[in-house]
Amino acid sequence: MSGTYLGMPAFPVAAGEAVRDTTLRGNLRHATHTIRDKRARAVAELDDWQQLRAAGKQIKDDVLRHLDHYLVRLEEAVTTAGGTVHWAADADEANRIVTDLVRATGETEVVKVKSMATQEIGLNDALAEAGITAYETDLAELIVQLGDDLPSHILVPAIHRNRSEIRDIFTDAMGRWGRPAPEGLSDSPAELAEAARLHLREKFLRAKVGISGANFMIAETGTLVVVESEGNGRMCLTLPETLISVVGIEKVLPSWQDLEVFLQLLPRSSTAERMNPYTSTWTGTTDEDGPRTFHLVLVDNGRTDTLADEVGRQALRCIRCSACLNVCPVYERAGGHAYGSAYPGPIGAILTPQLRGTDTALDASLPYASSLCGACYEVCPVAIDIPEVLVHLRERVVQGGEVTRAGNRVTLRPAKGHAAERAAMRAARWALDHPAALRAGQRLASRTRRFHPRRLPGPGKAWTDTRDVPAVPAESFRDWWQRTRGTGAAATGSGTGTGTGTGIESREGTK
Amino acid sequence: MSTRDQVLGRIRRALADAQREAAPARGAVDRGYLRVHGHRDAAQTADLLAENLADYRAIVHRATGDELPGRLAGLLAARGARRVVVPPGLPERWLAALQDVERVPDSAGLTARELDAVDSVVTGCAVAIAETGTIVLDAGPDQGRRRITLVPDHHVVVVRVPEQVVDSVPQALERLDPVRPLTWISGPSATSDIELDRVEGVHGPRTLEVVLVTD
Repeated sequence: MSGTYLGMPAFPVAAGEAVRDTTLRGNLRHATHTIRDKRARAVAELDDWQQLRAAGKQIKDDVLRHLDHYLVRLEEAVTTAGGTVHWAADADEANRIVTDLVRATGETEVVKVKSMATQEIGLNDALAEAGITAYETDLAELIVQLGDDLPSHILVPAIHRNRSEIRDIFTDAMGRWGRPAPEGLSDSPAELAEAARLHLREKFLRAKVGISGANFMIAETGTLVVVESEGNGRMCLTLPETLISVVGIEKVLPSWQDLEVFLQLLPRSSTAERMNPYTSTWTGTTDEDGPRTFHLVLVDNGRTDTLADEVGRQALRCIRCSACLNVCPVYERAGGHAYGSAYPGPIGAILTPQLRGTDTALDASLPYASSLCGACYEVCPVAIDIPEVLVHLRERVVQGGEVTRAGNRVTLRPAKGHAAERAAMRAARWALDHPAALRAGQRLASRTRRFHPRRLPGPGKAWTDTRDVPAVPAESFRDWWQRTRGTGAAATGSGTGTGTGTGIESREGTK
Repeated sequence: MSTRDQVLGRIRRALADAQREAAPARGAVDRGYLRVHGHRDAAQTADLLAENLADYRAIVHRATGDELPGRLAGLLAARGARRVVVPPGLPERWLAALQDVERVPDSAGLTARELDAVDSVVTGCAVAIAETGTIVLDAGPDQGRRRITLVPDHHVVVVRVPEQVVDSVPQALERLDPVRPLTWISGPSATSDIELDRVEGVHGPRTLEVVLVTD
């Protein structure tokens, strides 16, 4: 696994490899089941969870409905409070803005708080090309960075690694990035955390530039909010002289009061805590406390395209809690890397194809990376109907249609790979409209059933790669019904059935 | 066209279907959720605060106003603290019983490296939330700059009971001023990044002691 998602295979291929990795499956199963049960307990403590969830959904829907209004207010408030606001239409522009801002400070090192937005735009690679080293300071991001790996979970990017793998990565790589791991490091989580503390402390103490994302931005006051656990966020937000926050435009909330909803929904959904250890809020700059210079980079990068889709736009309500990953049977088995983006799991399966489009085989396969069981919708703290969006995106992949890409309306052609599926559906429609043919076909299938292969040939092969061909019964339901419940000579199948209860038979009788 | 205008234009076109009002409507959100979970008197609320703080591995103490100086001196001595950061507005009386401890005043010139060589910090707080076991600092005179409660490994925070204690997150937000930089603290620094197993103590103070003081 190298540090890029580019050129990754479609989900079924990557997932097929992942499910054969028994260590990975063990790590994922252990971790997701642990957090799943804890979340359920944390949520059960609040009698009004469903009201909070409904309010969270309504607040976010209001934000999306008036996104232009709230962004303009936010910009005014941040500017008044001493910050500078930048706008980026796409990842390249955001990376260019941040690179220029870091260069202007004359520094060649930055410390980073874990941020999904900077993962999404590939900021670290862009900075590296400009000769700037970005140090990830979240423990899991550090594990990923030291292991030259990719994140596989929104909350716990190194969820695919177990403690002994982490010990090996620390022992092997810390020395190349700074202070080496202590001699004789064991794999106890407490010792590993201590090694990370020592390794990163010297970086925090000398850092001049910090880069963060934000969980929320308050339009009314210009306040940014970062929710975290370890204290690395506080280090990056308060010790450097310059702070650059890179935030998706959908993260804005109208008012300070709205935090009363989200600071209850997010920790319980995410880490399953009543409250996460540290939450920092800041409004512009404060004299003699924290960074003297504050830049906010607002990132579109496909969000306005997503907003243009009436069904799909609800994905922009997401607060990145990762509860949907932890309950997903597909994620639990396939792991995060198979989704090929910073956003894995059910939310990734609807967010990535909307932010990036469905041009690649990987992105077109993502809406299918689900069994549509609906567990993700149930736990979502802002009630995103993920199955609804998945089905909507599947329809778009198969049938094509109008979408918005980089602000322009374009018409997608139906995906080529689904020609066989469409042909099969046409054939099925014809057969169901012609009962005599259907019956003849069913009888032929029954009589030849001993000779049916377990795997289909030709275009059907892809379907049976992951499934067995269903066994054909000795007698079709319609024949069985006629034989046991029908009247007269129905069993001869001459088309004189009298319609004793099924729509199909009565219809046939009228022919 | 600037990127700003480009993005705002894209938003307006994307929402062409929405038949929007000129400005957001009041009442778009049903705030029928609870302001407080459960019914408690002030003493029960303080108990819940203590219980939830302890649940996330903060060490909780109780003292009267008269006992406070002795208690703080005892906590610092037990820790072996020789150098303690003190915010400018911390009541002088609180530290009156300190012996053989160097007080390092919080100042703009105090660097992170200097703070790293300090053993402990003693502060007040802005508000404490019982339901979540949270202490909120707002950089007020008895709390100091954000960095002083971050770099030292031992933080002792004094909460005045009952006046600084609220039940819930909604009540806390009403009391807080968003213009001030806020730090919400719920137990010591922690991580769940290794196998989603919670470990206390990463970058922030690994020991958080809370003294609930009543007059």
